[in-house]
Amino acid sequence: MSLLSLRAARRPVPGVFVALAITLAVGWLIVMIDGGQLFNQSTTVSLLHVAAGLGLVAVGQTLVILGGSLDLSVAYVISLSTLVAAETMNGSDGALLPAIGLALTVSAAVGLLNGLLVTRLRINAFIATLGVGLLLKGYLDNGYDGPAGTTSPTLVQTLGYQRIGPVPLSFLLLVAVTAACWFALARTRFGHHLVAVGGDPEVARLSGVRNDRVLVVAHMLCSLCAGLTGIYLASRLGSGAPRVGTEGLYDLESIAAVVIGGTALAGGRGGVVGTLGGVLLLASIDAIFNQLEVDAFFKQVIRGAIIIAAVAVYARRAMRKAAV
Amino acid sequence: MQLVKRRPLPPQLARVRSGGLLPLLAILVVLLVLITVRQPDFLAPASLMSFLGRSAPLILLAAGQYFVIVSGEFDLSVGSLVTAQVVVAARLIDSDPSRTWPVVLVLLAGGLAVGLVNGLITTRLRVPSFITTLGMFLILVGAVYLWSNGAPKGGLSEEFRRFGRRAFEDVPLLGRMPYALVILLILATLAVLLMRSDFGRVLVAVGDNPRTAELSGVRVHRTRTIAFMLSGLAAAVAAILIGGYSGVSFQAGAGLEFGAITAVVLGGVALGGGRGSIVGAMLGALTLELLFTLMNFYGVSGALRPTVQGAIILFAVAVSTRRSTSR
Repeated sequence: MSLLSLRAARRPVPGVFVALAITLAVGWLIVMIDGGQLFNQSTTVSLLHVAAGLGLVAVGQTLVILGGSLDLSVAYVISLSTLVAAETMNGSDGALLPAIGLALTVSAAVGLLNGLLVTRLRINAFIATLGVGLLLKGYLDNGYDGPAGTTSPTLVQTLGYQRIGPVPLSFLLLVAVTAACWFALARTRFGHHLVAVGGDPEVARLSGVRNDRVLVVAHMLCSLCAGLTGIYLASRLGSGAPRVGTEGLYDLESIAAVVIGGTALAGGRGGVVGTLGGVLLLASIDAIFNQLEVDAFFKQVIRGAIIIAAVAVYARRAMRKAAV
Repeated sequence: MQLVKRRPLPPQLARVRSGGLLPLLAILVVLLVLITVRQPDFLAPASLMSFLGRSAPLILLAAGQYFVIVSGEFDLSVGSLVTAQVVVAARLIDSDPSRTWPVVLVLLAGGLAVGLVNGLITTRLRVPSFITTLGMFLILVGAVYLWSNGAPKGGLSEEFRRFGRRAFEDVPLLGRMPYALVILLILATLAVLLMRSDFGRVLVAVGDNPRTAELSGVRVHRTRTIAFMLSGLAAAVAAILIGGYSGVSFQAGAGLEFGAITAVVLGGVALGGGRGSIVGAMLGALTLELLFTLMNFYGVSGALRPTVQGAIILFAVAVSTRRSTSR
């Protein structure tokens, strides 16, 4: 027992960081042979920006997946959040805080709906969040043809473009959110309960965990994270964008990042630190391809192959570990 | 309380459970009534047959998806596979009628091959099928855009398109019989027979408990791989019908994977495997198509459609799950 828990504690650095280091090293070499430079200021900055956007959703996604659930509605929540934020701000700084508050409240409400559908009505999470996504898609398609609202200039200057050295403020936000989630998972009762529910709901229930409540909270946190991504994207784009979430494939990519980061899709195993690694890996691949000026469609093919390969390598390691 | 219920059900109760199609049938009837109120002609044989023909692709995809889901996996790649197949068919045929049949064979083989790759990666490399088929989705979409430089090329021959849009006219009683419906009926019968054969039982056993199945001598990997190949094959046939009916576009298969999975779940099949019938899955697809038709007739604006669809799916699934958990 004590040995097992020791092993679990010694495993916080998943293989994804090895993969990340190798990818960056190989990418740096290839880009250099190609005559470019991977680690100059502008590439690093844009890499971290990509990571910040995907990372915020993916960290939230990690929480629901750990709990044995899933959220396919995040892409629409992101789009909705950019619109709520940008339209409430309407270009003025005065409405900055109320706008952020409103965007997060709306997001959390969607999360609450997801959570209640999954727990109270016992609808499979895949279908429940897909259905909620459709509800939101209809609202967005019906109400908006293109960008709407204007983000407050202060937000654009700070969250959107401010950086400390090569590190954008938004990436620091991601690090802070990841740290908060790590703390919640590793050190709080909620975190332990969530992992227990994801591992075996029946055992958790019999041990006195209120499964439903834990999962609802996880869904709300996930949607909140998606809402944060929306606010960040609004600060980058300067306005609300009704299709930014779906066009960025944030739903599927966030799940991919979580799984690459070593979290089991079935729940109960994994963590947000691995997810951060997964996000950085996907963002690095993006940056390397951009430097090499690879065709966008070809990039997508390689991306698909890399996602599969990364998870295959991870599954192999897990298999070997299980065999020992 | 739930622990007590884990005991095997007595036979008479087990029979009640297999009647889990009732809520779905109720929804089907309600939708039919709502449509007929608006459009009394809908139930006339000719228009009903056309409707069934139009629904054939989704029903086939749902059947294919059923094989994968009941064995405990997912196939998110079917939508992109349909798109890829339609675009590939147009380019290979290039409006030359003599190439129709070879290309049909190429498509069917292609569907099987994609399914085989999905299956091998999922079973041999132990990648969760959600990720395997998601990766395949990205690869197929990227590859097809790359191959055609961003715009579909070539064209489909009339011989190819007739599967999706022609019909046997002047059939007694029925009025007309779309080719698509004939293909659907044949394949659906084969699929039902397949599920009643040994393979079908093994497939369900694998989804219910892979470990037990393996210990009983089932080749779990091979069974699941075959399920993926059947799904790929269904996608190929669906692509032939969709290409025929609505022509070549990069949107040909967009969202079909979610449509098929929704249909399967509507049909009372449990995600995670081991439970549900293929007839239920196909009826689920029919329900979904009826829903789309209903929204057409009631003039729900195109943009609002997803909202209505989402609400009804949530409602329908909630109703059918409520029944199955209270048993």
